[in-house]
Amino acid sequence: MQEKINEIERQIDETVKDVKSSRSLQEIKQKFLGRTGKISELMKNMRDVPPEQRPSMGKVLNALRIWAEEKFGALEAALKEAELKKKYEVEKIDVTLPGKFTPGGAYHPNTLVKNELVSIFSGMGFEVFEGPEIENDYYNFTALNTPADHPARDMQDTFYLSKDLLLRTQTSAGQIRYMENKKPPLKVLSPGKVYRSDDDATHSPMFSQMEGLVVDKGITLCDLKGMLDEFAKKVFGNSVKTRLRPSYFPFTEPSVEVDVSCSECGGKGCRLCKGTGWIEVLGAGMVNRRVLEICGIDPDIYTGFAFGMGIERIAMLKYGINNMKFLFEGDTRLLKQFKA
Amino acid sequence: MKAPLSWLKDYVDIDVTAEQLKDKLFSCGFEVEELIDIGKDISGVVVGEVTDCQPIEGTHLSKCKVDCGNKGIFQICCGADNVKTGIKAPCALVGATVYATGKDHVTVEGVVTIKKGKLRGVESEGMLCSGAELGVNGDMFEGGDYCGLLLLPTDSKNGEDVKHILGLDDYIFDIAVTANRPDCQSIYGIAREIAALLGKQVKAPDCTYKEVKGNCKDIEILNFAPDICPRYIGHYVTNVKISTSPAWLRKRLALCGLRSISNVVDITNFVLLELGQPMHAFDLRTLEGRKVVVRRAEKGETIVTLDGNKFELNSDNLVICDGQKPCALAGIMGGENSEIRDDTAEVLFEAAKFARDSVRKTARALGQHSDSSSLFEKGVNEYTTEMAMGRALNLIQTLGCGTVTTVHKDVTTKYSNLAEKKMVANLDKINALLGIKVPEAKAVDILKRLNFGVEKNGSELNITVPRYREDIDGYPDIAEEIIRFYGYDNIEGTFLPSASITNGGYSKAQKAEMRLKDTLVGKGLYEISTYSFISAKDLDMLHFPDDAEERRAIKILNPISEDLSLMRTTLAPSMINTAVRNLRRGNMEGKLFEIANVYLADELPVKNFPKERSKLCIGVWGKYGFFDLKGITECIAETLNTEFEYLPAQKIFLHPGITAKILCDGAEVGYIGMLSPEISNELALDRVIHIAELDYEELKKHERTFKFAPLPKFAEFTRDLALTCDRAVTCAEIQKEIFAACKYVSAVKLFDVYMSEQLGSSKKSMAFSVTFTPKDEQIDDKIDGYVKKILTNLKNKLDISLRN
Repeated sequence: MQEKINEIERQIDETVKDVKSSRSLQEIKQKFLGRTGKISELMKNMRDVPPEQRPSMGKVLNALRIWAEEKFGALEAALKEAELKKKYEVEKIDVTLPGKFTPGGAYHPNTLVKNELVSIFSGMGFEVFEGPEIENDYYNFTALNTPADHPARDMQDTFYLSKDLLLRTQTSAGQIRYMENKKPPLKVLSPGKVYRSDDDATHSPMFSQMEGLVVDKGITLCDLKGMLDEFAKKVFGNSVKTRLRPSYFPFTEPSVEVDVSCSECGGKGCRLCKGTGWIEVLGAGMVNRRVLEICGIDPDIYTGFAFGMGIERIAMLKYGINNMKFLFEGDTRLLKQFKA
Repeated sequence: MKAPLSWLKDYVDIDVTAEQLKDKLFSCGFEVEELIDIGKDISGVVVGEVTDCQPIEGTHLSKCKVDCGNKGIFQICCGADNVKTGIKAPCALVGATVYATGKDHVTVEGVVTIKKGKLRGVESEGMLCSGAELGVNGDMFEGGDYCGLLLLPTDSKNGEDVKHILGLDDYIFDIAVTANRPDCQSIYGIAREIAALLGKQVKAPDCTYKEVKGNCKDIEILNFAPDICPRYIGHYVTNVKISTSPAWLRKRLALCGLRSISNVVDITNFVLLELGQPMHAFDLRTLEGRKVVVRRAEKGETIVTLDGNKFELNSDNLVICDGQKPCALAGIMGGENSEIRDDTAEVLFEAAKFARDSVRKTARALGQHSDSSSLFEKGVNEYTTEMAMGRALNLIQTLGCGTVTTVHKDVTTKYSNLAEKKMVANLDKINALLGIKVPEAKAVDILKRLNFGVEKNGSELNITVPRYREDIDGYPDIAEEIIRFYGYDNIEGTFLPSASITNGGYSKAQKAEMRLKDTLVGKGLYEISTYSFISAKDLDMLHFPDDAEERRAIKILNPISEDLSLMRTTLAPSMINTAVRNLRRGNMEGKLFEIANVYLADELPVKNFPKERSKLCIGVWGKYGFFDLKGITECIAETLNTEFEYLPAQKIFLHPGITAKILCDGAEVGYIGMLSPEISNELALDRVIHIAELDYEELKKHERTFKFAPLPKFAEFTRDLALTCDRAVTCAEIQKEIFAACKYVSAVKLFDVYMSEQLGSSKKSMAFSVTFTPKDEQIDDKIDGYVKKILTNLKNKLDISLRN
């Protein structure tokens, strides 16, 4: 019996010596430790051993089994580890190769600005209303307190399509249409294209405006200032200040220009703000009583304010675009810089 | 509006610097667009007396000793022909800066710094200057036009800086005056504001004169156009002696950029600058019948204006006539026939008010603009009209160039505005509009400074508006006057403490448009924005025939240029131009989209509001082809929760074999195709452009709605069918027949097309994956039967068989 045990030990040592893979090791293990393996056979042969020797033989056999199991276990672990290492080596990739990628598109800078403005003001309760681009004299001028002989008509060079029809010079025109149909309290934002006969680096015959209007009881100039402070902070940053200064628009009284402190130099004066520390961003004012009357709103009960800004101008300031024409050229090299 | 500081000081004691004044004007609504320091380029030039002057032999030069008082005595070479011992002239010391002039001794070519030098071997320590070298002309200073030395008064102090003597220590304020303040389009008008700003009294110009009684013939003034000439004042001046104006007057005009002409004409220009009231002077002997008639021109009448331009007139034009003919274009320019000449002895001065739009219309229609017309277009007030006549007559007497007669004709009409405007303004209402409480005393003080009459009556103010302030209309105007002087810094931001809650945000349709943009941007497209204008050339480029709908574009009556003269009827030209521009700039591939309006008139020329129809245009070029573009339009259909059908079609500017019209629920909504090779060729393009244009207005109707559809109870089955068919058979036809053959078919997807020699030149193979979705019962065992039905249908309808 002992001989058989020794023989098995020798055979195990011999056969595992050249094993290369965990799979062949598994086969060898089966031959010895499997149900019909050699060690199992020896265990079965214990029936033939005289009873008095069984305990000691049992011990020896058991020791053999434990020894074999440990031997195979250790070998298997080593082989598996080597195999895994090899697998990793083979599967290794060049992670710097480019990803499978569909390049994204981009919104026009005007859309980015428009959406930002709409999201700021809609949070304050403003509805968005878009009027027609082709207006008549009444909505673009007369109803905005600019009758035919008014010198303010010269402030804007208007494109005419007929004696009465014209390309709107301001989105305020749409606000008259809005006020005709709705009663206060009103908060409305009118974005859209407007047209003026101007063409240079900071003017374009077509550009976009965003006009805001609030009409309610007890609205004051301080409310206008408060709202525009909030707007300026959200668009240009928290440290930005606003400044009102007197101006003139036929449809507001008092009228103001609104400047924001230069975000580039913080108000010290630089090229962007032409050394003044301030940048003009919009025109505003308290809605002229006559405009309210024309729209059927009693100016003794309601007051309101309006403000209007050029979307391209905001985009140019925000993104540092130095020529308005670039915004209408559709050059992909410019557009791809505005990936959303 | 240009206002010299020295002139403003005539009316108000200005005790702040030019810079400070600029800031103050800004704060009350008058932006100084430019503060011009007229002597900024000149420095180090002093009074020099020539004490010795010897010609340098063989040259035109003289060697001078120049006494510059406390600056020293210098040897200076001078080439001027008027240099001689005893004269005083501006002497630019070494280190001084003056203007370099060209060969004509007049044209300024830059600024030079004077250095010590040698001329013909003779040392020279400075330069004696001409007027041009100091930027001074003959109107600015007597002798300034002479190309030799500018001679200074003999009592000038040697060594004194010449800037003060020549008036070069002055500033000009170029002020932007808003349209509501025509009363500030003058030096005196600005001075009134400055006085209010500085809290000083304003000194009014002297408008008094003495009429000399005498034996003079009367004149007659008739006004047949009171609606556009509400006021006309004429005054007769006799014994006129035309000559040059005195230096002070010429200098004032020169500072404001006007040329001196003669004393009488200069007086009218001076009053225009000083008071903002245009005036005119007629040579009375030329006025037929000593008569002035204000009337609308008759059709076909002509006039030659002072500048020699001839105009044919019509009844829109207001003219000032004598007994027979037009003698002036009212408010714009006088006629050549009645202009002041050297021998004019009798003058009729005109100060009038003409209606703003009448002057504007005539000036625009005739293309004839002047300082006068510009002021009338902004609006003059009759208070100033009266004042201006007095001022002109005062100047006649001051200059001693005529006798003011008693013949004064003041034609007022029912359109005249003579009464003072009185109004009541409530301080509480003013404060309620501003949102702050302006102290009452402060508010009253501000209004008084601005020459408003103010009487307190409880919280109400009884206000008398200055006659020149025609812009003041209601209490908000008074509020503005108060706040612009009280200071906008006092306005503290508040946030609608009393306002009602309103609902905000985009409408459903606006949100849908944003969602569509999101989809397109997600697919790698860039959004563009192009002009709404196109030109006939753009339509020619795309070969549109004369009767094409696209040619029915609304014309702009006053376009910037021919290229921007039509309102577009299609986005295609803009998109193609954008793609071409990109290609020419080396951007060899791209995917762009634009959502914008086209403008469609029901009749031309346009009479009623045209339709503004929103279109979506997509353009791709370079490596992107038809199916890349179609992939995008399919994506749009998916976003809109609808399906598009594509049918072969023809479009004049697209490839005849690579064009489809797009249908949605049976309605045509757009087209897709390749830019025709012919046009590509004409544009010299080496890349292919594909374009699609969809009627977004129509698509908008397919708003996305979400509704849960119960999940199928039984599993779906998919079978692949590889078919052989004629090459002419389209994918859509096959799909349609497969659907038609079996009601359980829920999807038919093409996954392969191929052609081969084996199949033959007339055949192709198409492979479809067909999905069967059971409805109320299991169909496992019926699929084979359905497939058979489908194949039979295909065979019968399209002669298609299963590929072997």
